Amino acid sequence: MKTLDTLRTTMRRDQVWDFMRPKQGLELDMSHGTILYLEDISVTFDGFRAIDHLNLYIDAGELRCIIGPNGAGKTTMMDIITGKTRPDTGTAWFGQTIDLLRLSEPEIASLGIGRKFQKPTVFEPLSVMENLELAMAADKRVWPTLRARLTAEQRTRIDEVLETIGLQKHRAQRAGALSHGQKQWLEIGMLLMQDPYLLLVDEPVAGMTHQEMDRTAELLKSLAGKHSVVVVEHDMDFVRSIANKVTVLHQGSVLAEGTMDEVQNDPRVIEVYLGG
Amino acid sequence: MRSDIQTGRLQLDRGGQIFLILLAVTTLLVPILNLAVPTDSPLHVSTFTVTLLGKYLTYALLAVAVDLVWGYLGILSLGHGAFFALGGYAMGMYLMRQIGDRGVYGNPDLPDFMVFLNWHELPWFWHGFDQFWFSALMVVLVPGVLAFVFGWLTFRSRVTGVYLSIITQALTYALMLAFFRNEMGFGGNNGLTDFKDLLGFDLQSDATRIGLFIASALALAGGYLACRYLVNSKLGRVAVAIRDAESRTRFIGYRVEQVKLWIFAFSAVLAGIAGALYVPQVGIINPGEFSPLNSIEIVVWVAIGGRATLYGAVLGALLVNYGKTYLTGVMPDAWLFALGGLFVLVTLFLPQGIAGLLRRKGAAA
Repeated sequence: MKTLDTLRTTMRRDQVWDFMRPKQGLELDMSHGTILYLEDISVTFDGFRAIDHLNLYIDAGELRCIIGPNGAGKTTMMDIITGKTRPDTGTAWFGQTIDLLRLSEPEIASLGIGRKFQKPTVFEPLSVMENLELAMAADKRVWPTLRARLTAEQRTRIDEVLETIGLQKHRAQRAGALSHGQKQWLEIGMLLMQDPYLLLVDEPVAGMTHQEMDRTAELLKSLAGKHSVVVVEHDMDFVRSIANKVTVLHQGSVLAEGTMDEVQNDPRVIEVYLGG
Repeated sequence: MRSDIQTGRLQLDRGGQIFLILLAVTTLLVPILNLAVPTDSPLHVSTFTVTLLGKYLTYALLAVAVDLVWGYLGILSLGHGAFFALGGYAMGMYLMRQIGDRGVYGNPDLPDFMVFLNWHELPWFWHGFDQFWFSALMVVLVPGVLAFVFGWLTFRSRVTGVYLSIITQALTYALMLAFFRNEMGFGGNNGLTDFKDLLGFDLQSDATRIGLFIASALALAGGYLACRYLVNSKLGRVAVAIRDAESRTRFIGYRVEQVKLWIFAFSAVLAGIAGALYVPQVGIINPGEFSPLNSIEIVVWVAIGGRATLYGAVLGALLVNYGKTYLTGVMPDAWLFALGGLFVLVTLFLPQGIAGLLRRKGAAA
């Protein structure tokens, strides 16, 4: 009987077979003003629930800061968005049409989600400009890469990004010889070269001097609007200087959301941060 | 310091220019000194020396192939000798078929070793090797396809570093054991030898020896230029990126496995070509060429010459092999000690190899 049922379902005339359906659109559709939907996501590592029924929405062009104590699931959340970790349950949509959970890491990167890691990793033996060139959105298969030449347009794009991150003077310098702060900016520049819609930035100011921090704040603020930016950061002063909207994560789910002042006066947040 | 990105156009570094000029001069001079200068003149280059030089040049090409994957891609292959030997075997099979009925047993259909083993028919995989074009194709295809399949299996499972090196070592060792067996049909322990001629030219004649020497020089120059083109291209920069930060490169959107696979296979093809030119000059190919020790020696040449420079690999291969020829002549027992000592000294005091030393001298001047 069961086989018959399956057959009946398969042959229903009001449905189209799965394999005949058009592949999901890989065009980003932000018609509802939201770029990222994370709904009811849970992940467990060896019995430890890193993410617990997390719901998070990021608007198009928004600059969002995510804070939370260690182990709150901030990095795991980024891993899920970039395809590094698969959640046990829940859905992750990029715009209206793209299901992130079905895509691989390079596919997600090429769709326009860029991630900056905590520890800056630039390609040290290559020059600043070459670093940007490699990161540039382009056909990245083997043969086109072998034959690739920089067009005038692409050079202009590299110059633009060099100006945005303030490294024009260092364009020919070996990336390994840059200072820590400059490496962080170069890495943000490498993200920008991919023309991402969504930037995930993990602890951008760790280890920076105050001047460098201020410049980074300006840089990130200038990026919002054109891109959606999600910043994970521990430094409260820095968060206050850039954020309109702050999300507090705690034990894998959202504890509070709002402006910095709202969040800081929220009794639950105070308890988590101070009361423990 | 470079002010701009080199966009794939063939821009040679100074070391490369000097190397190519020296190679061109040698290639022109050696035949003249061999053929036109009388034998009793001190300037005369003997045919023995010509063949020796030709052999060194094939080693140099092999070293360039290893430098491409080790220096620029970070894959320490301890099995490149296998690709060299496979190219050599493909050429050896053609040369065996060229012997025809001039073998010891005078059998027009079967090579001597098959007659000796009481075989009555040519095994299927020997068919086609009486044609030069087919053999030449196999010289390229057999190492290339093997490297491709091997790379596909290992890179896809993200085997890297020391583990990959060990697997490449196992690959060449397994092939050595297989080729030692008589049943494999490649002459077993003795390998393939007693070659008579190549494309109708007598292998013992001076002119053929010169021809092979020139062919080796051309192959080395071509291989060098191809590698230089690759290294200067955007793909070359991606390779360096993979070498230094593999997962980062993957995050930017490059298909790291594909890049590794193609460059590794290309390198294996170069090694195969080097092997094919080596065999007619030394007159024999046997399973000893698959020995893991050989593959490790290639890596030592590259380390001594200087990694990630390409010309350094050439320099290392030539110097070490000259040293080997010299020392095994005057003091056979000392050679392995000298090689080991040299490797230790270079690792300790010249991590960039001789090329690094030259470059530092050049920068200081």
